[in-house]
Amino acid sequence: MMNRWHAVKRLLPILAGLALLLSACGRADLSTLQPQGPIAEKQYDLMKLSIGMMTVVVVIVFLILAYVLIRFRRRPGQTEIPKQVEGSHKLEIIWTVIPIILLVILVVPTVKYVFEFAQDYTKDKNAIQVKVTSHQYWWEFDYPQYGIKTGQELVIPTTKKISLQLNTVDVLHSFWVPSLFGKIDTNPEGNTNKMYFEAPKAGVYRGKCAELCGQSHALMDFKVKAVDEAKFDAWVQEMKAPAVLPQDPALAATFEKKCLSCHAVGDKGGTLGPNLTGIGNKQAVAGVLLNDEAPVEKNLKTWIEDPEKVKPGSKMPKVTLTPEELDGISKYLANYKLQYDNGK
Amino acid sequence: MDWLTTVDHKKIGILYLIAGGLFFLIGGLEAILIRIQLMQPKMDFVTAQQFNELITMHGTTMIFLAVMPIIFALMNAIIPLQIGARDVAFPFLNSLGFWTFFFGGLLLNLSWLVGGAPDAGWTSYMPLASNTYSTTHGVDFYSIGLQIAGIGTLLGGINFLVTIINMRAPGMTFMRMPMFTWAVFITSALILFAFPAITVGLVLLTFDRLFGANFFEIANGGNAVLWEHIFWIFGHPEVYILILPAFGIISEVISTFSRKRLFGYSSMVFATILIGFLGFMVWAHHMFTAGLGPVANALFSIATMLIAVPTGIKIFNWLFTLWGGQLTFNTSSLFAIGFIPTFVMGGVTGVMLASAPADFQYHDSYFVVAHFHYVIVGGLVFGLFSGLFYWWPKMFGRVLNEKLGQLTFWTFFIGFHMTFFIQHFLGLMGMPRRVFTYLPNQGFDTMNLISTIGAFLMGVGTIAFLINIAVTAAKPKNAPNDPWVDGRTLEWTIPSPAPEYNFKQTPLVRGLDAYWKEKMAGNKEVPAAEPVGSIHMPSPSIIPFMMSVGLFIAGFGFMFAKDEFASSFVGMLFNNYIVAILGLVITFGGMFLRSVFDDHGWHIEPEELEDKGVKA
Repeated sequence: MMNRWHAVKRLLPILAGLALLLSACGRADLSTLQPQGPIAEKQYDLMKLSIGMMTVVVVIVFLILAYVLIRFRRRPGQTEIPKQVEGSHKLEIIWTVIPIILLVILVVPTVKYVFEFAQDYTKDKNAIQVKVTSHQYWWEFDYPQYGIKTGQELVIPTTKKISLQLNTVDVLHSFWVPSLFGKIDTNPEGNTNKMYFEAPKAGVYRGKCAELCGQSHALMDFKVKAVDEAKFDAWVQEMKAPAVLPQDPALAATFEKKCLSCHAVGDKGGTLGPNLTGIGNKQAVAGVLLNDEAPVEKNLKTWIEDPEKVKPGSKMPKVTLTPEELDGISKYLANYKLQYDNGK
Repeated sequence: MDWLTTVDHKKIGILYLIAGGLFFLIGGLEAILIRIQLMQPKMDFVTAQQFNELITMHGTTMIFLAVMPIIFALMNAIIPLQIGARDVAFPFLNSLGFWTFFFGGLLLNLSWLVGGAPDAGWTSYMPLASNTYSTTHGVDFYSIGLQIAGIGTLLGGINFLVTIINMRAPGMTFMRMPMFTWAVFITSALILFAFPAITVGLVLLTFDRLFGANFFEIANGGNAVLWEHIFWIFGHPEVYILILPAFGIISEVISTFSRKRLFGYSSMVFATILIGFLGFMVWAHHMFTAGLGPVANALFSIATMLIAVPTGIKIFNWLFTLWGGQLTFNTSSLFAIGFIPTFVMGGVTGVMLASAPADFQYHDSYFVVAHFHYVIVGGLVFGLFSGLFYWWPKMFGRVLNEKLGQLTFWTFFIGFHMTFFIQHFLGLMGMPRRVFTYLPNQGFDTMNLISTIGAFLMGVGTIAFLINIAVTAAKPKNAPNDPWVDGRTLEWTIPSPAPEYNFKQTPLVRGLDAYWKEKMAGNKEVPAAEPVGSIHMPSPSIIPFMMSVGLFIAGFGFMFAKDEFASSFVGMLFNNYIVAILGLVITFGGMFLRSVFDDHGWHIEPEELEDKGVKA
C-alpha cells in the first residue's frame, strides 16, 4: 500500500521503526496496532502513514524550538534591542505550502478508503448477512439467511465477507472490534447503518461498545469467533437443532418458567435476552466473566445469583431460585455445549 | 455589596476569575476521582452510576464553568485596557452576563446535592439523556443550568464584539490591534453564532424532558442523530472559542518576553479569522461513525484537515518570533513555551483524527481523550496560566511569586504529559473512553496507573498555584505600571491595578504595539488624544444580580414542577408553577425596572483623578 506514494518513501525507515514500536503494544485480539483483517490492516496503514508524517512535523517543530530556546535566550547584561522583524513572505509561503502538500498526501488514501469501506454488501448473496442489534448491555446477532439468532458471540466463516446491518433497540451504542475493523454506531430503527468486514484468520477477537450507553457501558464486551467454513456450517446446523432441556423435569419446568420467558435455547423461548444455545462453550458469561479465567459453571452461578453486581443497570432481574435450582441450571447451561469446534 | 452591584469591567473580571477558579477546582477534583477509579482494573472506588455522573460533570464544568469564565476573566480585565477604552460598551450587560453564568453554574452543581447529577456525558446524546434512560433530574440540571449560563456567555460575546468595534482609542485601526484583542474579537464572533445553536438544542431537550415533546423521541417520530448535529454545530466552534484566546495570550507573552514584535502579524490575523471560519465547517467529524455516508465523511475529512494549515502558520510564526529575540524565562513565558510543543502534539493528532477511515479506529477511544486534553489542557489551560501570570500584576497590583510559579509549571507540565501522552496508546490498544472500569489482562493496567500518578502531579501544581495566590496576596501592592519592563501594549501604560476610569486621558495610538513604539521613539508615555476632563462612568446596579436570581429560581420551579413533595405546601408551590412564575416575575421585573428608569451614570471630575486605583 505504502509504495504507491513515492513522496512517502523517504519516511519508510521512520515508519518501520515506529511500526515495530507500536506493534509491541497490546493484545493481538484487541489492539488496533496488530490488525487481523483487511479493513483493520488498511486502517493501520493509514494510521502509520499519518503518524509517520506527523512525527516528522513534530520533530521539526521540536528541533526549531530547542534551537531557539538555547540560542536566543536573554543573556545577562544584554541591553540592546533585538531587530524587530515584521515577517517574511518567503518563509510564510513555505510553511503554508508544505502542510498543504502533506495534507494532499493524506487526503488521497483517506478519500479512497472512505468510499471503499462504505461499499454495500447487503444484497450480496455470497456474503454472510448479519443483523446486529444492540441492547443495554448486550449484542444480538441475527442471521436472516439461516434463520438463527445468537447473542454476544458472532460466529463467522473465515472465507466470506460479513455484511452487517446495525440498529439499537434502546440508546446509542457503537460496535467495535479493534483488531478487525473500526467502529460504527448503532442508531435507532429507521437509521440503519451498514458495514462489512472479513476475518481471514481463524480465532477469537474481542469487541467493545464504544459509545456511552449507561452504567455498564464499560462491560458491554462481546466476541467475534472466526472459524473455517466446515465448522461454520456445523455451527449453523447445531444452532438450528431442537432445544435440549434439563433432564430433571422439575428443573426443566423451572428453567422454562423462569429463564425461557426472556431467553431462548434452540427452538424454544423468548427474545428479550440473549440466546443461550451453546452457552457452555462460549468464551464468556455476560460478556465479562471470562471462561478461561474461571470455570463456566462458576461464572454462570455468579451471574445468575446477582446480575446487578456483575453488570450494574442490567435488564436481567435477580431471579428467585433455590440453591438447588441455581446449581442445577448453572450445571445444565455449563454443559449445553456445541460440538462444531471440537476438531481443534 | 460593592461586588454584587459592580459594573466595572475590572471587578467583573476578578469575579469571573474567582467563580471560574472555584469551578476549576471542582472539575479538577472530579478528574482526580475519575483517575483514582481507573488506577487499577476492576476498582471499586465509585459505582458505575457515580462514575458516569463524574465524567459528565467533569466535562461540563471544565468547558462551560471553568475555562470559559477564566477566558472571560482575562477578556474583561484586559481588553478595554488594551484598546484604550474606559469600560466595555455595555457595562450593565457585562454584569448581567457574569451573574447569569454564575447562577447557571451554581444550579448545575447543586445537582450533586438535590436530585442527582447528569449522567449522559457532556454531549448528552439522546436517547440516553431522555427520561426513559436517565431517570433522575440530572439532565434537567444540565439543560436548564447551561441555558442560564449560556445567556451570560452570549451577552459577553456580543458585548466584546461591540466594545472592540466601537471603543478602540483613536489611531488604533483593526490592523494595529494587539493579537489578544484580535483573538477575543474572533472568539466573540464565534460565540455569537455558536451559542444560539446549543441554546436551541437545550430548549428542545428541556421540552422533551419536562413537557413531553418528541424532538428526539424516536418512537414518536423524533430523531436521535439530530441532537448530535445540533450539539456539534455548537460543539466544534466551541473548541475554537476556547483555543483562540489562548493563541492570543501566547502571542502577547512570547512577543513581550523575547522583546520582539510578533512575526508575521498580518498572517496571524488572517490565520485566526480563517480558523474561526473553518471552525463552523467541520462539526460532522465528531460524527464519522454515526453513519452519515461516504460523501459527507470525505468532505468533512478534507475540511477538517484544512484547519491544520492556518494553525501551522501560527506555530511557525511563534517560533520565528522567538528566533533572534532575547527570551526571558519566567513562569509566564515557560507556560507559553510549554504550550508550543504540547499544542503541536494535540494538533497533529487532530489531523490524524480528521482522516475518517482511521478515525473509525480512534473514535470514542482513549486516543480521543488524549487528543482533546492535549488541545484543551496543553493548549488552553497552559495559555490561561501563562496569561494569568502575565497579567496578574495588572489585575491585582502584585507580581506572583516566581519560585512557586515555576514549581507550578514543572509539576503541571510533567504531570500533564504523564497523564495524557500514554492515553494515546491506551486508545490504540482498544480501550474505549468513558468506561468506569476495565478487565485485567488487556495490557491497560500499567499505563492507567502512570496516567493516574500524572493526574496527581497536576493536582500538586494546582495547589502550588493556590498557595502562590495566598502568598502573593499577603505582599504589599507595589507592582509598577510596566512590571515586565518590556510591555508593548496600552495596558502597561497605566497603573497596576488600573484606576476605576482606566485612562486619565484617552491615548493616541500611533502604530502596532503602541507603547513599545513610543518607548523606541524615546517617549516615556503614550500621547493623549484628549485634554484632561471629567469622565463619565456607569452607575452600579443590583438589577443584574436580581435578574439572575430570578432565572435561578425559575429553573428550579420548572424542573421540579411535576415532582411529589413531602410537604403539601411546597408541593402546591411547585406543582402549580408558582415557583417558576415567581422566578420569571423577578427577572422580567428587573428588565422592566431597567427599562423605565433612566440612569445617566455619574462623572469623575478632573480634580478627583489623582487617587491610586481600584481596591481589588
